[in-house]
Amino acid sequence: MNWSQIFTSSIGKKLVMAMTGFFLVVFLLVHCYINANVLFSNPEENFNRAAHFMGSNILIRIMEIGLFLGFILHIVQGYKLELQNRSSRKSRYAVTAGNKTSKWYSRSMALLGTLILLFLVLHLVHFWVPSRFGGLTDVQYDGKTYHNLYAQMQDIFAVPWVVVVYLLGCFSLSWHLLHGVQSAAQTLGISSKNYFGTIKTIGIVFSIVVPLLFALMPLFVHFGWQINTGGVSLLF
Amino acid sequence: MQHYSMNLKLKVWRQRNVNEQGHFETYDVENVSSEMSFLEMIDVLNEQLIAKGGEPIAFDHDCREGICGMCSMVIDGRPHGPWKGTTTCQLHMRAFKDGDKITVEPFRANAFPVIKDLMVSRSAFDRIIQAGGYVSVNTGNAVDGNALPIEKDKADDAFAAAACIGCGACVAACKNASAMLFVSAKVSHLALLPQGEPERKQRVVNMIAQMDKEGFGSCTNTYACEAECPKEISVLNIARLNREYLDATLSAD
Repeated sequence: MNWSQIFTSSIGKKLVMAMTGFFLVVFLLVHCYINANVLFSNPEENFNRAAHFMGSNILIRIMEIGLFLGFILHIVQGYKLELQNRSSRKSRYAVTAGNKTSKWYSRSMALLGTLILLFLVLHLVHFWVPSRFGGLTDVQYDGKTYHNLYAQMQDIFAVPWVVVVYLLGCFSLSWHLLHGVQSAAQTLGISSKNYFGTIKTIGIVFSIVVPLLFALMPLFVHFGWQINTGGVSLLF
Repeated sequence: MQHYSMNLKLKVWRQRNVNEQGHFETYDVENVSSEMSFLEMIDVLNEQLIAKGGEPIAFDHDCREGICGMCSMVIDGRPHGPWKGTTTCQLHMRAFKDGDKITVEPFRANAFPVIKDLMVSRSAFDRIIQAGGYVSVNTGNAVDGNALPIEKDKADDAFAAAACIGCGACVAACKNASAMLFVSAKVSHLALLPQGEPERKQRVVNMIAQMDKEGFGSCTNTYACEAECPKEISVLNIARLNREYLDATLSAD
């Protein structure tokens, strides 16, 4: 018996998925909170200042490396498990129970994850690459220079098909989370008679609210909508 | 309920032995009573096959009262058929109607090789039990069963987990052919009781190691197992198994 089994056994591999999954859920919360600036009054300045903070804070830059590792681990381990699980039944059924005994999205995590991965690559090319490697215009607030990431958003989301792709990305994310949150809690052993219902409810609320907020962002930028807060800066 | 008789078309998996490729064959079964069990219906079909000089369909069965865990089969994509909380032997033909075409397959998983037709080897489960699904008892005078106090809640949960008959429907239902519901029931049953305490950590680690060796897939929490389990074992046992495993490996000396 030794602790390294935690990562090599079947339960251990699932634990890696659950822990990285929860880490990515925390990232989604932060990402959603920062970007929600674009939904309110004065989106350009509020969002650019927030993005500047995220891009210049040393702790957050270090976390960014951890975030990439978290993504890679979740993706690689996910595919490995999917292949292994598929090969554990070489002779297939002629008839399957389908949706009678389980939800389609719980059976389609690899597919949904792949859609999110494709979206993620596009998303990084759109925003992360120009932020880190140049390609953004500059803007001045109170005599200080900031990258105008908001202008980049306006450019990208001016194209209708891009907005549609982003909305589809949010849909995939929502379905992925709908299974993922409660599944991670189950794998980590947090689920029990007393909390099963609560955990499921939290999972459902999270997987609807967060992707919905993300989905509103390209729509708001594309159509120039904003929620009037009377000049008060919200969220940041 | 009105009794009725029906004519059915049965599409059944035929496979001579573990090494040969299997295939489906279709049979007509006439005058099936709604009061027959599914296995009795196959008995009737087998008598017809024997009378015509054919090879009867091999299938597993023993007690035929829903408690031994021997009967198996996947009926129209459902291990033990369409009824909830029911083994194949307790599935009655009133679940079907005249003219139905029913597909009958063996439980399919690499860890459950087909021996013949609808019979599979579930010895992998036996080896998992041998790896730790027991309590060691010293010889000597029998101890009074009531001498050891057990909390009511724990006794109830342990009893619910102990209801697992080890039939393998969870593996058959799981898209990953995972044995987690079975193992979690066996681990929970003993982990909740004081008798299981001395071997608690070693048990879960060894049973999981054996489970992985047998080639079952890993659990992705779709909960199809719980939906198909004839004894309605709860997936919360899987969460307990995960906890037990984490505790045992992290606190290993």
